[in-house]
Amino acid sequence: MDFMPSFALIAPELVLAITGLALVLVAAYGGDKFARLSSIIAAIAFGGAFALVAPAVCAGASGPDTLAFGGLFRADAFAGIAKLMIFAAAGATLVIAPRFFEKIGWMKTEFSILVLFAALGMSIMVSANDMLTLYLGLELNSLSAYVLAAMLRDDERSAEAGLKYFVLGALASGILLFGISLIYGFTGTTNFAGIAVAVSGGLNTGMLFGLIFVLSGLAFKISAAPFHMWTPDVYEGAPTPVTMFFASAPKVAAVVLLTRVSMEAFGTQVGAWQQVVIAAALLSIVIGALGAIGQSNIKRLLAYSSINNVGFILIGLAAATASGVSGLLIYLAIYVVMTVGSFVAVLQVRDAEGNQLEGISDLAGLATTRPALAWALLALMFSLAGIPPLLGFYGKFVVFQAAVEVDLLALAAIGIAASVIGAFYYIKIVKIMFFDEPADTVKGEGDTPHWALLLICAVIVSPLGYLMTPWLGNLAEMAAASLALPA
Amino acid sequence: MGDFPILSAMLAVPLIGAVACLFVGASAARMIALVATLANLALGIVLWVSYDIGGDQWQFQEYHELFAGFAYALGIDGIALMLIMLSVFLMPICIGASWNAITKRVGEYMAAFLFMEVLMIGVFAAQDLFLFYIFFEAGLIPMYLIIGVWGGDNRIYASYKFFLYTLLGSVLMLIAMLWMANAAGTTFIPYLMEYDFAAEAQTWLWLAFFASFAVKMPMWPVHTWLPDAHVQAPTAGSVILAGVLLKLGGYGFIRFSLPMFPDASAQFVWLVWGLSMIAVVVTSLIALVQHDMKKLIAYSSVAHMGIVTVGLFAFNVQGIEGAMMIMLGHGLVSAALFLCVGVIYDRLHTREISRYGGLSINMPAYATLFLLFTMASVGLPGTSNFVGEFLALAGIYQINSWVAFVCTTGIILGAAYMLYLYRRVCFGPQVNNDAAAMPDLSKREYLLLAPIAAAVLWMGVYPESFLAPMRSDIQWLDERLAAAEPESDAHLVIGEPIPVEAAETQAPEEEAL
Repeated sequence: MDFMPSFALIAPELVLAITGLALVLVAAYGGDKFARLSSIIAAIAFGGAFALVAPAVCAGASGPDTLAFGGLFRADAFAGIAKLMIFAAAGATLVIAPRFFEKIGWMKTEFSILVLFAALGMSIMVSANDMLTLYLGLELNSLSAYVLAAMLRDDERSAEAGLKYFVLGALASGILLFGISLIYGFTGTTNFAGIAVAVSGGLNTGMLFGLIFVLSGLAFKISAAPFHMWTPDVYEGAPTPVTMFFASAPKVAAVVLLTRVSMEAFGTQVGAWQQVVIAAALLSIVIGALGAIGQSNIKRLLAYSSINNVGFILIGLAAATASGVSGLLIYLAIYVVMTVGSFVAVLQVRDAEGNQLEGISDLAGLATTRPALAWALLALMFSLAGIPPLLGFYGKFVVFQAAVEVDLLALAAIGIAASVIGAFYYIKIVKIMFFDEPADTVKGEGDTPHWALLLICAVIVSPLGYLMTPWLGNLAEMAAASLALPA
Repeated sequence: MGDFPILSAMLAVPLIGAVACLFVGASAARMIALVATLANLALGIVLWVSYDIGGDQWQFQEYHELFAGFAYALGIDGIALMLIMLSVFLMPICIGASWNAITKRVGEYMAAFLFMEVLMIGVFAAQDLFLFYIFFEAGLIPMYLIIGVWGGDNRIYASYKFFLYTLLGSVLMLIAMLWMANAAGTTFIPYLMEYDFAAEAQTWLWLAFFASFAVKMPMWPVHTWLPDAHVQAPTAGSVILAGVLLKLGGYGFIRFSLPMFPDASAQFVWLVWGLSMIAVVVTSLIALVQHDMKKLIAYSSVAHMGIVTVGLFAFNVQGIEGAMMIMLGHGLVSAALFLCVGVIYDRLHTREISRYGGLSINMPAYATLFLLFTMASVGLPGTSNFVGEFLALAGIYQINSWVAFVCTTGIILGAAYMLYLYRRVCFGPQVNNDAAAMPDLSKREYLLLAPIAAAVLWMGVYPESFLAPMRSDIQWLDERLAAAEPESDAHLVIGEPIPVEAAETQAPEEEAL
């Protein structure tokens, strides 16, 4: 068997894997002296991987040429666009993290290595064309993520977050694996295309159970309700740059993976999973909105916000059409930008000694004391709430358009009505920043890379971001078209 | 006019001004805002002058394909022209009203107002369904900030209520719009206005749009955000709310609900009439017992809007023309009344009616202008509101005399609460020394109130200037609605016209044959 074409298809993953392994050696022999250097090298590796993926995405790669290793791995445009988002989010994490960790004296070489391996795992996840590839990627990502959550091992909250994440994550992996084994047992294959053929005549009870278990395990990974419990605790406890990473890249990977399993492997049995997705979508929207109202910690609030957003993303999947998938991808891209922007803004909120402030009440009067930061957060919050003319509206627009096209009117109506509940806490943050008297706690100055990243995010969510929607829409459409849907 | 994109220019001028205001100091921001709004007023006058009355239905059209079925499509008919004129006319007055009253964060304040102007013009000029929605919804952001940052004591409650109420109203409209775009295959409003949706779909679509427009209008019982928002907003914010934002609901009915879903409009006519009748009577009675001047005027706005909806759903030319005239007249008069409240609020910092009294003695010029606007609000012949209310009630009388009867009581109650307000503020003895010591209007305040007074009288004496541009559009709408028109309750029986003599002379001739 000639492996060269396969190696060409996994070139981005190879770059990440080799860089990661090399950095492990650097860390083992050099220690933390090279922490800064290793994060720069890792960021360059992400840039390289990004450049390697981009051509396939722009060309809309699809078909049998994208299969590697005998159908275990698939490097089509659909996986490619997700990889672009993952690498961009991981790169952003590496840009902002060193400043954060240096300030508290915890800058470790391991950090960038763990981010590299986590991103590699996600990259494998989104390219999975086989249940085993799926599990491999997922575990590589999860195990790196557990350690990342507990990075600050002196900090109780960070350790708690890591432990919680690990216990619940392991449980979810178990559920997922059990589902995979059921599906394998009843269909005789782990390959997505093979499963699609096997289930085309209908699902028997065993297959249905397998499907439900797989969906549940993946719902945990995207923190969709009712499998969302871990999210607020982990997001709160993990160091802020890590939280930003968790809220962006793994979400993309798991949502894309869920889409691929649903649409490719079970594409002929839409009825079986559509109701599950609809229920999870509505529950996530409502729980994400209601849960956020009582929060006083901004990271917990953003955790509920991410649950809420996952609900909207799932509406695109519930449509089960190419336009639904393309809407989902557009929403994901916008969501990543909004999430990265919000967390970078949160990172800027520091007191006079440079300590991180996480209370929502600390933001009081930010519009007077730090107007630029307040305006950027205002744009991000209204964008998350989906108020036009900010770009967040466009994300909601495309997923609801897809849902309405297939006559899921009740889902669309309930979902959008529930989004008003979510608007309440977004405007509450705006109220605290703009209407309240200054609390005079935010003193620290931001760093240049943080400002640059925040500026980019703010410009993208501003109405100027609409200029890139034709281009984004085109890419998302090609990516959705590259999915190998069973006839 | 050639190919100059005047509507885009009218959007661009305040937008550039808004961005500039964010980066300059207080006095520069005031000047920029004033210049930008005056420039837009000049553009608006050019627009009106070059509007070809009786020409094409849609003029000054611009069309650029954007993305995902969106288009940057602008264009106006006579109805939109009049509402744009109202917006550009009130904006410099708003800036003037805030000249001294706003002292903190002036740049951001002016930017919010200029941004508001962009959105209002955009709503009236948009010819693409989703472009309209974007402009319609985006107005929430600046208005939320205006109420919340520069409002009164209870501003936070009011700003939340305003934001969430109006957002909840309009999100369902988005789903309806998505469905329409999907069913009709286009988002171009002029095309959709002639598209016949299936009767069953119309019912649901109409309800979704109604949820949005009824809140914006506002109609009873979803009007409760309005008194709070009005009372807490700064003077200029109230002016914009009452003057233009309340007109978005009426514009929505006239642009979407009526022409796009005529059957459903006829089906739900009793819902609209019923709510309007309740609004007119109940909110007028509530206005009678208010102690707060702004609240009183806010409730009177709800009552006036009740007559607007009744006129719109009269399904005839008089009714719709009347509704449009009330919207324009009310836009001017309520704006002027809020300015009048603002004038004395700036001096005494209270809106409590009982704190004033006998102002006609120490502020004669103020009392005169206030009287003019009070009379205009009551609907005195010769002022703008008379024309609109008369036409609207004449329109509804043709189709249902009971609705006309109930709504006409609103005019009487309107006279009661407005005159009662005026008596308590301007007449009687000067009970409060501080109120008695207030100086009369300053030059700036004259400049704000005099143009509105002139416009109110112009509209009352020669309404043809305002009706002429809208005539053919309302005619078109009436023809569109003709098939769905509900039956009149008058049951007029036209007798056989048999003149007596003719009948007598005809009889023998027939015998002769």
